[in-house]
Amino acid sequence: MSVPLTLLGLLEREPSHGYDLKRDYDAFFGRGKPLPFGQVYSTLSRLGRDGKVVISDVAPGSGPDRKRYIITDLGATEVEQWLTQPVDPEPHLQTVLFAKVVLALMLDRPADEYLDTQRSAHLHRMRELTEIKRDGSLVDALLADHGLYHLEADLRWIEMTGARLDALRKAVRP
Amino acid sequence: MSVVIEARDVEFSFGQTPALRGASVSVDAGEILAIMGPSGSGKSTLLHCLAGILVPDSGEIIFDGARVHAMTETQRSSLRRDRFGFVFQFGQLVPELTAVENVALPLLLSGVHRKQALPKASAWFARLGLDGLEQRRSGELSGGQAQRVALARGLVAEPQVLFADEPTGALDSLTGEEVMDLLVGAAREQGTTVILVTHEARIAAYADREVMVRDGRVNAPDRIAS
Repeated sequence: MSVPLTLLGLLEREPSHGYDLKRDYDAFFGRGKPLPFGQVYSTLSRLGRDGKVVISDVAPGSGPDRKRYIITDLGATEVEQWLTQPVDPEPHLQTVLFAKVVLALMLDRPADEYLDTQRSAHLHRMRELTEIKRDGSLVDALLADHGLYHLEADLRWIEMTGARLDALRKAVRP
Repeated sequence: MSVVIEARDVEFSFGQTPALRGASVSVDAGEILAIMGPSGSGKSTLLHCLAGILVPDSGEIIFDGARVHAMTETQRSSLRRDRFGFVFQFGQLVPELTAVENVALPLLLSGVHRKQALPKASAWFARLGLDGLEQRRSGELSGGQAQRVALARGLVAEPQVLFADEPTGALDSLTGEEVMDLLVGAAREQGTTVILVTHEARIAAYADREVMVRDGRVNAPDRIAS
């Protein structure tokens, strides 16, 4: 899970305070592993240093939570690139794919197209592993099978998620 | 590579129920294409239109420059017999015939004499690991053996295009992959184009390329650079 990109994605939805970002991150992506406040503000600080967010206003008082962050064009471009590029097809990608799908729906982006792109990348990798299996030794074949079964599990998740996008959209955009 | 067969904006309905809503796909000569999609998406209907089994309500099917959609039933029947091969999921072998007669069937139907057809069919048995099973009837074959016999029958006449609709759907994983291995190996050796309908990613991974059918339309993702 990429915390900086996920926070950027949440900021593209709307300018937010650090507290709001942590709350939404924990609600949608934390799942038993809440994001520490310190990591939220250190990440926002790095994103600010790199020109991907700016502080839009500061409420009277003290403390980091008085700042409201807004995404820059550079940050938005990075989110766009991240969402549209398929993840390297490796096993156990569910958390990254899940974050992409949820953010895409939150941002009214074509989540179904991202899933199609990911499916294509997965099938491309499965073709490579199938070639290894056909041409290689039994050991190669068994190792390729291990990868194939995990990629197939990801693909089934992609199919199920694709079939439930409308319901998921309602859940993440109440 | 040159395109050998294509569907252009094909529409087809079963009564009032639309199955294809402007499906387009093209397949290169010698290519192995997997048509994927959920149940009811229209993938088998698309294969049947490409193979000249169904006639589209609108749109075109072009095979080797010929307008398949405009052919008479007799012309399409000849095309299927002489230029195409078929492998389906279930019930393909004629139970009254021996395995070797089943394989020889497309040759016999094309007018090849039995004396030439049976030896040519027999040659496929060694090729597909079916030695000694030539005289068995379909009831005496395992599922994997029967499907390999069906594969031999689909390829024996050296078709330009082999249509395979869920060819491993009734087999366990290992047997299914053995059948796919043989199918791909034999098709590549002969230069046969293969159009494979499957909902299984592991089977589609044997193909050179996949397209997705959803709601009667073909979604062909950009080819991923190798």
